[in-house]
Amino acid sequence: MQQAGSRRRAGSWRQAGRWLPIAPATALLLLFLAGPIGYCVWIAFTNTQLTGSSSSDFVGFANFRRAFADDNFRNAVQLTLTFTFLSSIVGQNTLGLALAGLMRAASRPVRTVTGALVITAWVLPEIVAAFLLYAFFRREGTLNAILDQLHLPAQNWLFTLPILAVSFANVWRGTAFSMLIYSAALAEIPQDITEAAEVDGASGPLRLWHITLPMIRRSIGTNLMLNTLSTLSVFGLIWAMTRGGPGNRSQTLPVFMYDQAFVNSLIGYGTAVALLLLLVGSLFSIVYLRLMKVEV
Amino acid sequence: MTGVKGVTTSRRTRARLASDGALLLVAVAFALPLVWLLFASLDGSADLRVRPPTSPTLENFDAVLTDEITFTPMLNSLLLCGSATLLTVVCAALAAYPLSRHRSRLTRPYLLTILFTTCLPITAIMVPVYGLFVQVDLIDTMYGTALFLATAQLPFAIWLMKNFMDGVPKVLEEAAWTDGASTTQTLVRVVLPLMGPGVGVVTIYTFIMLWGNFFVPFMLLLSPEQLPASVSIFTFFGNYGSVVYGQLAAFSILYSTPVLLLYILISRRLGGGFALGGAVKG
Repeated sequence: MQQAGSRRRAGSWRQAGRWLPIAPATALLLLFLAGPIGYCVWIAFTNTQLTGSSSSDFVGFANFRRAFADDNFRNAVQLTLTFTFLSSIVGQNTLGLALAGLMRAASRPVRTVTGALVITAWVLPEIVAAFLLYAFFRREGTLNAILDQLHLPAQNWLFTLPILAVSFANVWRGTAFSMLIYSAALAEIPQDITEAAEVDGASGPLRLWHITLPMIRRSIGTNLMLNTLSTLSVFGLIWAMTRGGPGNRSQTLPVFMYDQAFVNSLIGYGTAVALLLLLVGSLFSIVYLRLMKVEV
Repeated sequence: MTGVKGVTTSRRTRARLASDGALLLVAVAFALPLVWLLFASLDGSADLRVRPPTSPTLENFDAVLTDEITFTPMLNSLLLCGSATLLTVVCAALAAYPLSRHRSRLTRPYLLTILFTTCLPITAIMVPVYGLFVQVDLIDTMYGTALFLATAQLPFAIWLMKNFMDGVPKVLEEAAWTDGASTTQTLVRVVLPLMGPGVGVVTIYTFIMLWGNFFVPFMLLLSPEQLPASVSIFTFFGNYGSVVYGQLAAFSILYSTPVLLLYILISRRLGGGFALGGAVKG
């Protein structure tokens, strides 16, 4: 009896030992990820200021009430939605699908060259990409030089349409991901299905709508979700190209959060905005996990 | 029969020409900023528009190849990203092993939490992380920044590593078990060598992501002599106005080359579906 008990105890020790390797990673994740998120939840309900030394009082939902009453916050939400819609849902997603589709019909050298260029834009460090597109969109930059050649009116893009310029920048930088996801998805569609439709005389757009899109809808879901999440958190690209300006006309939520916390020294308020961003991100992640019915 | 074939062939040819044309247009649009980078770096008097240098010169590279502009920031990047990558990969390999080999009621929730975390916008927590780092006195330290970078990259690394590990057959390991090898011995001597390419992909991918990361060191490091290249290049062109664009272009190339080379090294294994495909499909 006693022997059985000690053997069981030894068994559960061995059981625990097998799981020991997971400890370092878990410790890091708890300390540096769960910790800050918890701290974020706390700070968001206080009036902590960067300069206000130790004055940090619990203020309840004041920061959130303030945010929803703040025109600049509403402006940031609107710009974030515009930025995400234009660059991720319309831009990266559609262009990525189009590229993946065209590549299946294109000749090999063209496919290789285009793929390499699109992927290079993706692999480049964020700040280098920002710098390149800053140069591209500047008044004296390449875009205006081209428009000039075509006798089209030039613009100071970063000033007149800053949110459009940063959205294009994000498309330039992020399309490769969609392209790779969709290339893989299209490669998995059995050839005979498309051929059968072709023989039946279905036109290109019809085939796309009735056959291709339904067959890759899982990839579309995955791609949209991941694109949206990564676009929600873009900071460096916008910060380097426009600093959120001119005024606040390209100030998306991450930039707004940074400005409030560090330019205006309102850490509590900035963190409340961060928490809202985190909540939106979590909602998307949960939808994503459900949508994918992940098997682990 | 030949007629039908001829029709399909010519339709194929037309489709190919149309696709080629459209792709080339996109390729040009994507290439313009990159071509500007190349031209400007070789142009002694570069401005912001694409223009082949009239007399190509390497003087921009010469000018930036100094301790202050290039070597110190690149060395900082290497130290920061190298140590963070090492930490990430070691922790991810250790964590992935039981997750891949043993079953427990907690495996699934753990993995779902990991996957959930990979999707979170890490940007959002940088303000509280800054606050926390000030409180625990980790602000403006290389190792503190490396610890945070490693952690931020860890969920995805664990996920990738676990997927690669699932592909290693269990048989050899069981032999090692019967010979009395411990968990760590089995992992290090049997499993990891069998999944060498997988570990390579995780390592390089992690390094690439960290090398390009701007926001984390931008927030957590303050003293100029500690800044990695991602932040030093920003301060370089952040003070617009008196920038020498040719030099900035030259430095951008130096800073980008390592990740481009590393990407080429793993692109075959990432290619097609890209390991992310495997990761996100679950």
